[in-house]
Amino acid sequence: MTSPTAKPRSFQEIILRLQNYWAEKGCAIMQPYDMEVGAGTFHPATTLRSLGSRPWAAAYVQPSRRPTDGRYGENPNRLQHYYQYQVLIKPSPPDLQELYLGSLAAIGIDMELHDIRFVEDDWESPTLGAWGLGWEVWCDGMEVSQFTYFQQVGGHDCHPVSGELTYGLERLAMYVLGIDHVMEMPFNDPDAPIALSYGDVFRQTEQEYSRWNFDVANTQVLLKQFEEAEAECEAILEHPTTDPKTGRRIVMAHPAYDQCIKASHIFNLLDARGVISVTERQAYIGRVRALAKKCADAFVQTEAGGYAEA
Amino acid sequence: MPNLLIELFSEEIPARMQARAAEDLKKRMTDGLVEAGLTYGGAQAFSTPRRLALAVEDLLAESPTIREERKGPRVDAPEKAIEGFLRGAGLTREDLEQRDTPKGAVFFATIEKPGRPAAEIVAEVLGDVIRNFPWPKSMRWGGGNLRWVRPLHSILCILSSEDGAQVVPFEIDGITSSNTTEGHRFMGGGRFAVSSFEDYEARLKRDKVILDAAERADHIWQDATNQAFAAGLEVVEDRGLLAEVAGLVEWPVVLMGEIGEEFLELPPEVLQTSMKEHQKFFSVKNPKTGRIERFVTVANRETADHGATILAGNQKVLSARLSDAKFFWENDLRIARAGMGEWLEKLENVTFERQLGTQAARIARIARLARMLAPITGADPAMAEQAARVAKADLSSEMVYEFPELQGLMGRYYAEAAGLPAEVARACEEHYSPLGPSDDVPEGAVSRAVALADKLDTLTGFWAIDEKPTGSKDPFALRRAALGVIRIILEGDLRLKLDTYIDAQLVLHKIGLNAVKASTGEIDTLEEIIDEISDHGVFGGAFHAVLDRLKARDDAPDTGDGSLLRTVGELVPDISTDLLAFFHDRLKVHLRDQGLRHDVIDACLADGGDDLNMLVKRAEALGGFLKTDDGDNLLQGFKRANNILTQAEEKDGVEYSFGADIKFAETDEEKALFAALDAAEPEIAAAMEKEDYAAAMEAMARLRAPIDAFFEAVQVNSDNDVVRRNRLNLLARIRGICLKVADLTMIQG
Repeated sequence: MTSPTAKPRSFQEIILRLQNYWAEKGCAIMQPYDMEVGAGTFHPATTLRSLGSRPWAAAYVQPSRRPTDGRYGENPNRLQHYYQYQVLIKPSPPDLQELYLGSLAAIGIDMELHDIRFVEDDWESPTLGAWGLGWEVWCDGMEVSQFTYFQQVGGHDCHPVSGELTYGLERLAMYVLGIDHVMEMPFNDPDAPIALSYGDVFRQTEQEYSRWNFDVANTQVLLKQFEEAEAECEAILEHPTTDPKTGRRIVMAHPAYDQCIKASHIFNLLDARGVISVTERQAYIGRVRALAKKCADAFVQTEAGGYAEA
Repeated sequence: MPNLLIELFSEEIPARMQARAAEDLKKRMTDGLVEAGLTYGGAQAFSTPRRLALAVEDLLAESPTIREERKGPRVDAPEKAIEGFLRGAGLTREDLEQRDTPKGAVFFATIEKPGRPAAEIVAEVLGDVIRNFPWPKSMRWGGGNLRWVRPLHSILCILSSEDGAQVVPFEIDGITSSNTTEGHRFMGGGRFAVSSFEDYEARLKRDKVILDAAERADHIWQDATNQAFAAGLEVVEDRGLLAEVAGLVEWPVVLMGEIGEEFLELPPEVLQTSMKEHQKFFSVKNPKTGRIERFVTVANRETADHGATILAGNQKVLSARLSDAKFFWENDLRIARAGMGEWLEKLENVTFERQLGTQAARIARIARLARMLAPITGADPAMAEQAARVAKADLSSEMVYEFPELQGLMGRYYAEAAGLPAEVARACEEHYSPLGPSDDVPEGAVSRAVALADKLDTLTGFWAIDEKPTGSKDPFALRRAALGVIRIILEGDLRLKLDTYIDAQLVLHKIGLNAVKASTGEIDTLEEIIDEISDHGVFGGAFHAVLDRLKARDDAPDTGDGSLLRTVGELVPDISTDLLAFFHDRLKVHLRDQGLRHDVIDACLADGGDDLNMLVKRAEALGGFLKTDDGDNLLQGFKRANNILTQAEEKDGVEYSFGADIKFAETDEEKALFAALDAAEPEIAAAMEKEDYAAAMEAMARLRAPIDAFFEAVQVNSDNDVVRRNRLNLLARIRGICLKVADLTMIQG
């Protein structure tokens, strides 16, 4: 298939190669969303843009936070803050699998030596009211990516269907670079005058956030913030579509969706603080999903969502 | 006759769906072809991760022409009727033929449906099959509307004969049929054309695809066992895993690797489960040590380094996984050795079911019942209670959280680590059994007591909150629990009155369900009823005995209408009866599988059927008896007696039940029947007393000849009223004696 490429030497080189690869394949290289999210899927470039009929192709790195996964920087591969690489193409091109395999070759995985497998793994996000069919991709028995054809998002059927690729960057990079503990992974070029490891960049923050996530975050404040985000999301969407000042039709899907993301992250923080019981958990997830659905409803009423003035 | 070859080439099909999909393709396709008139010689379906294929041999080249004769209206029918007939048949007046029939001259039409070429029919049927394929889950992709399990990329469809192959032309959602396909994703050499099934299979093999899943599985198993054998080891057989792995590869390459020394002390089941669930590895055992020391993984390709990189990668992933397992195991052992208290405490905060309360409350109920049941299974009551108290402790362990399928088994390991008696440890594992019809029932007496208690508590609990299985919905696996109880009782040859324990446990649930609003006095009274049930065996008696006792007390709780005690008293018997009927239904299903008819069981349910073991012995004896000539004839005789009697009783408005006197007997046959009944009655009574059902049936069999002779010779409805009544009373004796053995009126036929 693709000829072996020289091995990358650092975490950032792997990211840069993915950026270049998907740029060459025609994706808009976007920047991370400027809010706290649990996964790259939450970026509006995926969630909202997978809705409606307009074609879309984007790739980006998304810093992601999972407060419950914090281990004070001690676990070899668990982090409360990590990076995902996300690709979303709508409609999904017929050669998406080949494009994906090309990206593995680009980061130095030699297809002639490794065993790549597509193993059934259906994806569902209860908070986003979304699901799709696809696989987890195995490289020599190790899960290196999620590959999903979105079928529904925010309660809406996806038509056309988007193809979504998600790479867990730390795990993938550790595999490619042959590193056993994430904190020991070279972040920049190991021969650079100031060589930095992943630990140099993130060990301290992992400790700080682990402590804050588990024991310090003010749950009263968080509970209040959750309610506020929820109320604001709903309030935004209740405004009439015509802006009284400009006289234009402006549906505020994105600002509302920001509040939905915020509620979702606050829920994750509350979960890490252990103040949400099993039954409440379902109720909170349901509340976030209700917001996500409303935002999806609003987005398909926008131009980017395929809305056309009659 | 031509052969048909179809291949549906897609992105990776989930392994678990492949075999079924190949069969569905075969069935739907051949059904469709036959329905359209194309018969065939044979058909074979295949699946790989990326393709479903179907080869049909000796297909008709075209469907036969069909002539169909249709009868139309009479010749003198109104013009409109004739026109309507012509429209419906697609004919003109000239095509009609007049024939004379008994009803006058009638129009007849002969409609000829010309045969169609196979290609046309194949295209039509295949299009239909693809559009309506029964995937368990399907999806759309790109901008299209077609649904398939994953994106469908190409369709190969050819009809081949000695003269060569031709593509069956059609198009579905932008995919045009062709005669080409491709081989292995990484080792294949691009697209190629094929001309027949043999050519297809051979070309695939050249391009590193083994088409037949069974051949891939064989290859994997052979290679794995050979490699293990060469190292003095053996592969742990796992057919489910073998089938799954054969569905994950098109070109299996078997690689055997080592498990790190530091993980070899983990329980073998943990190693096996972790490797299987996460990595789809086979376990390789050292027969000398009994330990699992290596693994087999199956790659989907050959490499220049003979799999060294692949194996190293897999080994690394395995180490990370087993490090987790080892971490759980060591943490768990620490808590187990300290007596598992931490886990039991945790279960106080884990909900079993919203209304039925926490796992801890459930454990307490099971422990109490296990103690009650212990004497029946031959277990020590204190030990049965102790076992029930720890049997669910492993639900809090990290290992079971990670691998729920190891529940019970880990419980045994942890109970052993806690230094508990062997029977208790064994019960931790065995009390979940039997998990299905093919699973063994628990062996140990303690295990049986806990298993019965666990299942009965679950059943009574869900009955108490009215969450019974309906139709195909049985989310709490209550049918399985009931069958488990039945099998433990029957296979353990246990004697117990099931309703006693059902009643007691229902009252216990009522205590739990009303704990918040009930007064102390009410709870104490309910507790008293439970004790009384264990002593007396029946709820009704126990309930009234306790109520009577309350009358003498000044501080007695309210027992008036609508009070908790009154409600419980009214509800429990009905719920209990309903649950016992559910057991009987499950028992019928269970015994039907073993060849015992449900009406035979119904016939033996007369006295409540709360002792399942006795019920089955009786039904088996009756079932065997009815299969004999004597049994069948006796049944007919009984029915005849019963019919005559019932009619007479209806007519006369009296019940003939006793008073038959030999002095009014007129014929020898009548006298002989008296004698036979006199002889049989004490015999049957004694046999029933001893629960010797075979002997009772034998005694009943001896009535056959005299009853037959009686009906042959004697007219029951004599003109002499005294004689008639005497004979009816004699029939009543037949009925009475037979009904003591079983309610033969329930037997069909």
